[in-house]
Amino acid sequence: MDLYELLVPEAIQAKQELADRTAVIQRAGELLAAAGAIEPGYASAMQRVMDELGPYCVIAPGIALLHARPEDGVLRSCLGLITLKTPVVFGHSTNDPVDLAFALGALDKQSHIRALAQLAEYLSQEGFLCGLREAATTDVLKEFIYSYSRA
Amino acid sequence: MIIATLCGMGFGTSMMLKLFIDDILKAENIKAETTPWDLGSFKGNKADIVVAPVDMEPHLRDYPAKIVLVKNLVDKGEIKEKILRAIDELSHAEGGKTI
Repeated sequence: MDLYELLVPEAIQAKQELADRTAVIQRAGELLAAAGAIEPGYASAMQRVMDELGPYCVIAPGIALLHARPEDGVLRSCLGLITLKTPVVFGHSTNDPVDLAFALGALDKQSHIRALAQLAEYLSQEGFLCGLREAATTDVLKEFIYSYSRA
Repeated sequence: MIIATLCGMGFGTSMMLKLFIDDILKAENIKAETTPWDLGSFKGNKADIVVAPVDMEPHLRDYPAKIVLVKNLVDKGEIKEKILRAIDELSHAEGGKTI
């Protein structure tokens, strides 16, 4: 599975205004649930993971990769992305505040690995990060991320 | 040599780290086994080096391996510099320090 197949178009939103990390997690969960990729309870599971394990999911400056376990209600492997108009503090020691929030649903421990590797590679490229951050509307963001990951 | 990457569940962050480290080791022609671990089950496992996100440091106190803490998990430069230094120090047999 490639990154563009893992991405759920309905779960991509640009320049959202969300109050705190709980609101970001809730929105990410709602979008993936509305697309039928996860069960609604998955958002609470992502919240619980953050509460229990800490904000290590802020993997790089400004970038969060939220997820819970396959058994927490993943219906198909999926990835959503919300970019934030005003960055939100997650509580990380060095990488706060967050303006790019990815939400991953993994069906098992393997099927998403190829797509995740592509995402990690892209996230290490300045041009990809700039494109995500500069996209002013959801349509522009979708167009950018799909054309980048299909190139 | 066994290099473990650690995250909360063993298939997200730790898998990203493992994939980057595999690339680095291949490019440097270093032979090592890399394995993703999750916080719930790693304590019974053995590794020479454990690579983890910086905020997981409290979970790794007292763990008997060389600990490498990474701030930016998509910064190949940071990961490469820290992992190569850890391997180098380990090969000079002076384990137990946090990088």
